[in-house]
Amino acid sequence: MTPSKTQSSKTGSRAQSAPIQKTVLDDVGIRRALMRIAHEILERCEDLDRLYLVAIPNGGVPLARILGANLKQIAGVDVVIGVLDTTLYRDDLKTSQERPLLRDTEMPSAVDDRFVVLVDDVVKTGRTIRAAMDALMDFGRPRIVQVVGLVDRGHRELPIKLDYVGKNVPTEPNELVRLRGDRGGLEGALEVVVTDATEQGVAP
Amino acid sequence: MIGTDLLGIEDLERDSIERILHTAERMQEVGTRVVKKVPTLRGRTVVNLFFEPSTRTRASFEIAGKRLSADVVNFSPGSSSIKKAESILDTARTLDAMDPDVVVVRHGVAGVPKRIADVLAAPVINAGDGAHEHPTQALLDMFTVKQKKGRIDGLTIAIVGDILHSRVARSNIYGFTKMGAEVRIAAPPPMIPAAVETLGVKAFTSLREALDGADVVMALRIQNERLSGTYLPSVREYSATFGIDRKTLRYAKDDAIVMHPGPVNRGVELAHDLTDHRPGVILDQVRNGVAIRMAVLYLISGRPDRSAE
Repeated sequence: MTPSKTQSSKTGSRAQSAPIQKTVLDDVGIRRALMRIAHEILERCEDLDRLYLVAIPNGGVPLARILGANLKQIAGVDVVIGVLDTTLYRDDLKTSQERPLLRDTEMPSAVDDRFVVLVDDVVKTGRTIRAAMDALMDFGRPRIVQVVGLVDRGHRELPIKLDYVGKNVPTEPNELVRLRGDRGGLEGALEVVVTDATEQGVAP
Repeated sequence: MIGTDLLGIEDLERDSIERILHTAERMQEVGTRVVKKVPTLRGRTVVNLFFEPSTRTRASFEIAGKRLSADVVNFSPGSSSIKKAESILDTARTLDAMDPDVVVVRHGVAGVPKRIADVLAAPVINAGDGAHEHPTQALLDMFTVKQKKGRIDGLTIAIVGDILHSRVARSNIYGFTKMGAEVRIAAPPPMIPAAVETLGVKAFTSLREALDGADVVMALRIQNERLSGTYLPSVREYSATFGIDRKTLRYAKDDAIVMHPGPVNRGVELAHDLTDHRPGVILDQVRNGVAIRMAVLYLISGRPDRSAE
């Protein structure tokens, strides 16, 4: 653990044009927030058998898994976890030439009459949540839809309000906020980092 | 790949093929939903311009377009004989004036989709041109093999039948060799194109040798009316020497899959015992065709308006 961290910070200082990165939520912070959110979900969901966590990939997937484990630990329930890619529902595909890579969708059970909690890592404009709600409706008619955002960075462009927030992180619109693991993917220790996207060489 | 015409597998990079297969895998899930439709291409128009009759491919493109919420228009000018190039281009220009976003073209003559693509602002998908290419068929075949075998790289694919007149064979030869498979072809000598080995395939005139150790056996449709007498002594003789049945299939690997682009001439390319008892893969090919065409429509429609350039 420690050696790899020193190494990465060394490479960071050595690389000349490396963008400034700031960790706004570390692994401990993320896990603590997800434990609190699990308690909040239990408070608000009166019928746990109907609870259905739906992760928005990629970042929502590990978060939903942790939430599921927390719910199991606290209340002894096995919560169904689904994955819902929102790409085909994006509102910019009609006009843009961009063709984003599709991600897996895996909805193991029907959403009809369920208490659905969408799980996303970073919420900004609210457009992804809008897309996720539309996608969800094509799978059936949930009774309630609520949203978890690990990080709420503001800059909303649609009337979307989060039901559960890990942390409010005020940011500049051009900053890049993302969830990542210690091996670059979404495995191992997680952290949320803020990068100034105006710097060169930032891979989103 | 994104925003360009899809005229043949010959022009595609391996990366693009992989991107299409990756996209198709996710598109397939859409077909399993309660509402089998996503709003991705809402407000876009896909025109099926079919000069040659086709029911399967056209229906497949139509369903694919509709699952993506595009408006799909079928346009079949009909051509009993080969039309003059001018009239085809006139048709294309007329169509262009209606502002389609994607045009799917099938024609009995090789190269027509390319000619049309040169005139049209919208990207063109070749849905089969003469004996040239049929790229979406090859893509769905690769998709099916990847699904059944978990990979394409390193597999041995035996394509059996009228290679010379087959656009399906040509596209599959390009596709499977690009994806790292060993491609063998088997046919009576007159049906093997000259210098076919320059495409990186091994040609056989013995079915048994071609099937030896094959992972995939792909039979092509024999067009009775076109071939009998000229290329083949008789259809019956063809089925006796190149028809695939349980017995000849024993030369292939135990878990070999049998594919056919359809429609099957039962008892000619494939014996009744195969089509009746193992129809699974052939129907999967049809099913996968919709996902592949959704993927291609999604990727290709990303082209920016040419008038803006």
